[in-house]
Amino acid sequence: MFKILRDLLRYNTEFLIGFVLTGAIFLFAAAHFFAPYPDNAIYMLPPDMPPSAEYWLGTTSRGQDVLWQMSAAIWNTMTFGLTVTVISRFLALAMGMTSGYLGGRTDQALMTINDTLIALPNIPILLLVYFVMRDQMSWPILALTAALLGWNYDARLIRSVALSLRTREFTRHAVFAGMSVPQILIRQHLPYVMPVIFFTAMNNLIWAIGLEVTLSVLGFSDINRPTVGGMIYWANQHQAIIAGIWWWIAFPIIAIVLLFLGLFLLAISVNEYIDPRSRLSRMGG
Amino acid sequence: MLHLAESQPRTDTETVLSVENLKAYYQMNYFGVSREVRAVDDVTLAIRRNEIYGIAGESSSGKSTLIKTIAGAIQPPLRVVSGSVTFNFAGKPLDVYGAPEAMKDARWRHLSYIMQGSMNVLNPVRRVKHAFHDFAFAHMGLANTAFWGRVREHLKRLGLDPRVLDSYPHQLSGGMRQRLTIALATVCEPEFIIADEPTTALDVLVQQDVLALIKDVQQRMGSSIIFVTHDMTVHAAIADRIGIVYAGRLVEEGPTEDVFAKPQHPYTVHLISSLPRLGDVTRRKALPGKPPNLSDPPAACRFHPRCPLAVDRCRTENPPLVPRASGRVACWRAGEAEVS
Amino acid sequence: MDGFSKYLVRRVFQFFLVVFLGITLAFLITNLSPVDPVEQTVSLMTNFGATDPRAVELMREALRELYGLEGTVLEQYAAFWSRVLRGDFGPSLSSFPTPVMSLITAALPWTIGLLTLSLAFTWTLGNLLGALAGYFRSNLALKLAGAAVMALHPVPAYIIGLVLLLIFGFAWPVLPISGGAQMNLTPGFTWDYIRSILIHGTLPALSLVLVGIGSWFISMRSLVSNIVTDDHVVYAELGGVASRKIFSQYVARNALLPQLTGLALSLGNIFGGAVIIEFLFNYPGMGRLLIQGIYRGDYSLVLGVTTMSIIAVAVAVFIIDLVYPLIDPRVRLG
Repeated sequence: MFKILRDLLRYNTEFLIGFVLTGAIFLFAAAHFFAPYPDNAIYMLPPDMPPSAEYWLGTTSRGQDVLWQMSAAIWNTMTFGLTVTVISRFLALAMGMTSGYLGGRTDQALMTINDTLIALPNIPILLLVYFVMRDQMSWPILALTAALLGWNYDARLIRSVALSLRTREFTRHAVFAGMSVPQILIRQHLPYVMPVIFFTAMNNLIWAIGLEVTLSVLGFSDINRPTVGGMIYWANQHQAIIAGIWWWIAFPIIAIVLLFLGLFLLAISVNEYIDPRSRLSRMGG
Repeated sequence: MLHLAESQPRTDTETVLSVENLKAYYQMNYFGVSREVRAVDDVTLAIRRNEIYGIAGESSSGKSTLIKTIAGAIQPPLRVVSGSVTFNFAGKPLDVYGAPEAMKDARWRHLSYIMQGSMNVLNPVRRVKHAFHDFAFAHMGLANTAFWGRVREHLKRLGLDPRVLDSYPHQLSGGMRQRLTIALATVCEPEFIIADEPTTALDVLVQQDVLALIKDVQQRMGSSIIFVTHDMTVHAAIADRIGIVYAGRLVEEGPTEDVFAKPQHPYTVHLISSLPRLGDVTRRKALPGKPPNLSDPPAACRFHPRCPLAVDRCRTENPPLVPRASGRVACWRAGEAEVS
Repeated sequence: MDGFSKYLVRRVFQFFLVVFLGITLAFLITNLSPVDPVEQTVSLMTNFGATDPRAVELMREALRELYGLEGTVLEQYAAFWSRVLRGDFGPSLSSFPTPVMSLITAALPWTIGLLTLSLAFTWTLGNLLGALAGYFRSNLALKLAGAAVMALHPVPAYIIGLVLLLIFGFAWPVLPISGGAQMNLTPGFTWDYIRSILIHGTLPALSLVLVGIGSWFISMRSLVSNIVTDDHVVYAELGGVASRKIFSQYVARNALLPQLTGLALSLGNIFGGAVIIEFLFNYPGMGRLLIQGIYRGDYSLVLGVTTMSIIAVAVAVFIIDLVYPLIDPRVRLG
């Protein structure tokens, strides 16, 4: 694992940039544990101060320091994203491996359900869930809903890998050796599926964070918990653009774009490392 | 047929392809690991007009790379390191790696290809006739109706119903598709055809059929064919001369009959000994060891670790390919091994 | 049964399954939630001032009937289906007494227009650029274009839209940032009106294009770089077929087939992006209707728009499924 990381850092510029960006943003987010003000305190500071030596990124109309708000916001947003990713990985893995291993009619039935779920528009359903939950909406419920909607693409991918493993020699050996289906899936097949899980996890994380930003920008989440989208939501509520409080909007946008760029670079370079075909084309380069 | 008469006056000793000291290596560099695979290492050979030259060797012996290099169809990481490949088309020399534009013009007009896994060489989403148009139309210099007339006539001559032109590849059987690619490769009556394992994926009956077809077309057109397969029985059936490739090098070459009757190189001896014969029930001996790893081949003669006759000289000095009997051979102990 | 009929039967089945599951899901979400929509509406309405308790009780009953929340769960489920099939979601509370369905029929053409045009453009351009980048791998201009669209692709729709809005609405105000057409024009087939629609649609459409183009680019490029090593392409190259022809007829054409399947699979997601963009630019489509419905606590409207969105997306997917065999002879001719 360490060797792979070292190789990637040394020979893959995209990975290096992505790693540094994501790492820096993570450290910045972790710094909120040492923030001088509580995360959700409002009107503690003079409002609407432009960036200065005292308030590096200025203050909001609600009297918060943009720098420390952002630090907490990114932490919360990343926590949300990771929660969704972990839950949806388990779902995708269970569905994909079962479907691929059992094959036949079971596979057909499971994939039909899977394709049906893919065809459902996520955002309206999430909004409907928010609408009926309203004030009882909390970020774990939102994360669970998002995870329930966000696994079907990857289940398909995992299934295709599992399907190809099913007919391999070692699977037959395991069956003859009397291993049970869960044993075969976990001990024999999981190691082959891991790279796919890892790669889809990166993409899913990007998707989940994007979803969180989108929903909280519209105010469709717990608006009192600082998140990146939530900051933009409050800025819009206070008409920050018209009032000229640009720093309230600009810095969260920059942070989000950098975070996405970092994660995306990590995702594509890891994919390239895993996929033998793109390795081959690199040899020629 | 009338087009064929023109090629008759040319003598059969005229060289159509000459390969000189050709070296083609796979050079890879990935995440700090460099590797060099010498898939074609110093090959020199000449192919005459109107002959079928067979290239034999185990899988991963470099024979496929050799003909890829001859066809000018190489892509990184495969690179030509040194040497030359020169065709002689319509009396003019054509350097494959020296004149890329002229080479592009010569494709299908003079040089065509029957590929390994021919099942998939036709575009699955277009009708077959488009392939004929794309590959051949520009070279034939015919008007539309005359062109299609010629194509239909050609298909009929090869025992194919011209209606296949309107089908999609997935509607045709494997044997049918293979015949179709042969038709496609011969419709321009090229001077040179490269055939890479064209019969390997076919069942035995269809295989006989396709071989007969190739031989028949070749004789009518007087073209030369370089025919690659690991299957020695196919070589026995079709080749005029054969070259044996081992670990990226040509180790023996000669007229097919002589090579089969009196192989000179111990490796050739092994290949021929392992052929099944009628009435012979003894077990075939397998050669010890595996084909060498071409990124780190054995020093000197590459066959020595597996050779029953190896002596010290074989381990220190590379045997050159020298004329012997009716062909050439690269072995310090040529002619000493016996077919069992 | 031949391959084509089998394909058709499967697609029709899938279509009905999507509609059935989607509508059932919408029903379950509203029905199983701990929040009672009637109480919620009542509390929203009584917020504005003291109301007579008897009036509140009457309102409660009226809402219960209106929302189809009477009887057992199964009865309610049946009632919901009959509403969906009749296309009757009751009146909208926020624009009483306009029926929800007429709000939807007014909004649907805007969404369909915006999505169809921007999606056609995105798909074509993304695939073209991706295919070129996969085929001419060393071309610098294509690499740069690729880097740009790929960097945009993970950024959420709202952020891209917001940045465009800031640029073209505030920093350099050249395009309208709100509405579907100029208010004082009478709708009709006049040049002025159509021009106004196009100008108003530019920023929302541009946002959707920038959001979507990257993923088509990425998948097309990787498809093409795999297809170029396929036998039929290598063979055409050996055959000296012109590069332009190989690119269009041997590579791009084959790669477009999985991309069309991909389009059908991702329509649900694309619709989600459109919802957000419509709201941001105050575009009079389904997305704005949905989000406004949520802000105003309009239960019938939200449920109606969600249900109709599910059906609309399913229909669009089904249309693509029907077009597919026309392009892939292996499905058409089994």
